[in-house]
Amino acid sequence: MNALIRRTALVATVLFLALMVNVSVVQLWRQASLSDDNRNRRVLDAEFAQNRGAILAGDIQIATTTPVKDRFQYQRSYPLGSLYATVTGWYAYDFGRSGLESKYSTELAGTASSQTLDRLVDMFTGAAPVGATIQTTINPKLQQVAAQQLGTKKGAVVALDPKTGAILAMVSTPTYDPNTLATHDLTAARAAWTALNADATRPLSDRGTREIYPPGSTFKLVTAAAALENGIAPDTLINTPSQLTLPNSSSVLGNESNCGNTQQTMDRALQLSCNTAFANLGAMLGGDKIRAQAEKFGFNTTPMTDVNAAKSQFPTKIDAAQTMLSAIGQYDVAASPLQMAMIAAAITNDGVLKTPYLVSEVRSADLRVLYRHGPDDKQALSAASAQALQQMMVNVVQKGTGTKAQVSGVVVGGKTGTAQTDPTKNPYAWFVSFARDPDIAIAVFIEDANVDRTDIAGGALAGPIAKALIEASR
Amino acid sequence: MSATALSTGEVVVHKSRPAVGLLLLLLAQAVGISGYLLTHLDVDGHLPGAWPYVLAAWFAVGLATHFVVTRKLPYADPVLLPATFLLVGLGLAMIHRIDLIADPARSDAQTQSLWVVLGIAAAIAVILLVKDYRILRRYPYLLFLAGLVLLLLPLTPLGVELNGSRIWIRVFGYSFQPAEVAKLVLSLAFAGYLAETKDVLAMAGPKVLGFTLPRARDLGPIAVMWVASMLVLIYQKDLGTSMLFFGLFVAMVYLATGRSSWVILGGLLFAAGGWFAYQRFAYVGVRVSSWLDPFSNYDTNYQVIQAQFGFAYGGLLGRGWGLGRPGLTPLAKSDFITAAIGEELGAVGLMAVILVYGIIVARGLRTALSCTEPFGKLLSAGLSLVFALQVFAIIGGVTRLLPLTGLTTPFMSQGGSSMVANWLVMAVMLLVSHEARRPVAVRVDEGDVASLSADATQVIMLRPSQSPRPEPRTASSPALPDDHEPPARALPDPDDAEATAAFTPGDETSTSTATRPITTDPDEPTQLYRFDQEEL
Repeated sequence: MNALIRRTALVATVLFLALMVNVSVVQLWRQASLSDDNRNRRVLDAEFAQNRGAILAGDIQIATTTPVKDRFQYQRSYPLGSLYATVTGWYAYDFGRSGLESKYSTELAGTASSQTLDRLVDMFTGAAPVGATIQTTINPKLQQVAAQQLGTKKGAVVALDPKTGAILAMVSTPTYDPNTLATHDLTAARAAWTALNADATRPLSDRGTREIYPPGSTFKLVTAAAALENGIAPDTLINTPSQLTLPNSSSVLGNESNCGNTQQTMDRALQLSCNTAFANLGAMLGGDKIRAQAEKFGFNTTPMTDVNAAKSQFPTKIDAAQTMLSAIGQYDVAASPLQMAMIAAAITNDGVLKTPYLVSEVRSADLRVLYRHGPDDKQALSAASAQALQQMMVNVVQKGTGTKAQVSGVVVGGKTGTAQTDPTKNPYAWFVSFARDPDIAIAVFIEDANVDRTDIAGGALAGPIAKALIEASR
Repeated sequence: MSATALSTGEVVVHKSRPAVGLLLLLLAQAVGISGYLLTHLDVDGHLPGAWPYVLAAWFAVGLATHFVVTRKLPYADPVLLPATFLLVGLGLAMIHRIDLIADPARSDAQTQSLWVVLGIAAAIAVILLVKDYRILRRYPYLLFLAGLVLLLLPLTPLGVELNGSRIWIRVFGYSFQPAEVAKLVLSLAFAGYLAETKDVLAMAGPKVLGFTLPRARDLGPIAVMWVASMLVLIYQKDLGTSMLFFGLFVAMVYLATGRSSWVILGGLLFAAGGWFAYQRFAYVGVRVSSWLDPFSNYDTNYQVIQAQFGFAYGGLLGRGWGLGRPGLTPLAKSDFITAAIGEELGAVGLMAVILVYGIIVARGLRTALSCTEPFGKLLSAGLSLVFALQVFAIIGGVTRLLPLTGLTTPFMSQGGSSMVANWLVMAVMLLVSHEARRPVAVRVDEGDVASLSADATQVIMLRPSQSPRPEPRTASSPALPDDHEPPARALPDPDDAEATAAFTPGDETSTSTATRPITTDPDEPTQLYRFDQEEL
């Protein structure tokens, strides 16, 4: 019988081995996918209870973590409340995270692969792991001014350093206080979440980077750039009738300002924002050339920035009438304020478009640099065309629709715009501008401008905001 | 060690080793109490006020058990009791750790401690009352019937369905898993029945496809067991329990008869039944899909998924006592206690637990090997195998190796009936191992040698002074000199037991108790053995 018992013992051995092999399989093959599962509360909670690194704007902590005596041990807080909500995003237990809190979540939590060494050191020294610090490019003063200037208006401001692509200000209003979502009082957080989502003004949406709107007349900069690139000079005369019937259509296009009924130079047409002149310019160039120029500025691609920016769009297949409408920023053209700031930045930087970025550096707790932004650029238009367009934009501010943005002693160029999508709603007001010394490119967007449909009105509303930012950055 | 010795026909003399047993026991108990202390240090940052009393009580229970077992069963396997205490300690510490999650903390660990004490008391009662385990072979048919009734009890109105399985009964407000007791009762019944009938069952029947099938008239018991298992599978909805008992029966029939045709027949029958159930009953399909692809239905398979998350969270070395989130897994104290172990003690800790179960099974099978009569062999092997199958089914289910089953984790999971039943199993294993390891020899004084030599009794003399004693083979067995011719007939190889005409233990076990040798001081190295003729 003993031989039989030994044989059975072998079977029992196989059973136990199978158990142990299976335990190894769980650890070796399944652990990663199990830990990454977004339903895995253990991992989510552990991350929520981590001493998350700070997010800085200049020297100011715009997101920080303080130890508390509850089950999560560390409370994420945003000392300046809603001012930096569009930059930091929120970090909430039940509602995930957004903004930089989402983009750099592993680095902030200290669990990124670049921090493996730190974790090992912490494990052996017994030190509690601390997440990395994120240094943003935001200029706290500009951020403050932009928010103040927008005030209670619905809209967004994006300011870029045209020489580097650094995002200097990024404000969207109305906004929210991320502290209300990050609180460990989960009931209060849930109530805040419900209220924010039910709010008709959509405070959680980021109008600066993640929403696209018809750019209206500010898009004439792209059409003008395409024209300059294709041999049309600023003083080339363009047919500017007071009314223009679109081809194969009964629609009639008019001008919002007094452009006469004959011809205007392209320079003057931009100053006055003449719709019929740019519609004709668009017809002369054709949809493909305008689209090519738009795409050089970044349209139809998702910007490779560390903000999850939306893709601005220029329609792909358009007929003659649609081309003329697109040339003045209507029809299916839509852009984010970030995209429009990129256009201004490329123009003032002699045609070189620097990829915008929000994070300049990621530093571990011991100040080791884990990441540093590297320059990344492309030529959006020739230097000559860019310089010609700079002068045209300066003229807009000097003697056109953008006079409200004049700053004494500073070269300022800009382009106004208003766009109406729905006759029952107030139009969008735009002002896209740059300043030279201080170097800055600014897009101001006001979603619900309670003004006339004229560009002057839009410029009057958005222009002073740009002016205030330029003054603040001196 | 004894495996080689036995196969070469040499004598293995097991010593009573209370000191080693005690050391192992203290070590094993330290593991559990460390879990308790570490939990409090990690959760509260300080030890609870009652910790000296808990520590004292825990070691007092261990030492008392050790005292009774070493007094009554000095030759019992010294590893079984420490291994059991290791598992009990880990289980109690983990239940206590999970108690602390609730606010205010629950007191399930205290209740469970009472059940541990009750289980140990029951085991001690068995050890004290049952002078010779062989009386347990007396009523196999009655035990068989009792076992079947217990097994099928949850199908009566007493039964309740918990977590999809109907393997519990509720009496006077207490839940009870009758299968736990049935495990012991049926092992006894099968061992008794098979010890009697093994030769008959081994007889050859018709030959089909090269396999010699059992005779049709012998198929009765396997048919009964098959029907019972299928009832369990279909109506109690528990694959684990069904597999446990059918597997136990088939394995024991195989051990008794040596005919693999029984195993093949049993396997085919079970597979056919399982396939039928899979086709016919929706719940089996659900169980299988939650096993193969639990993530396809998060809510249905919440428990298994949480256990998987827990294992992943624990990683290789675990989160540490009190630092994981075992509370997120439903039933972490009972069915899923190994998931909690895996989470807080890691894959390493879980493997250690699996190994400790493996050690208990190995020591049980070892007892079966060294036992000299078929009932004890079958009983010990059967209990070990049913234990192995149970551990395989529940840990396999929790770790997604097998479809989940409702069985308890022996000695660890929360629950009184399981704790008491497993302590009873342990008592029987200790009883059998004591008999199996007890040296079949009597110490004789040097002066008696001459007179004894005149008898027909064989005498083996070991004189260290005259012939230098070689290195002992093992610490526990004083080996015979290599050049010494083992008395071929006097020491039968149990492997050849069936073949040796002189060794038919089945006939002689009834008388052997009366001629047990008297060994007063088992610790002293025995130099001289007189092999009792009647034992052979």
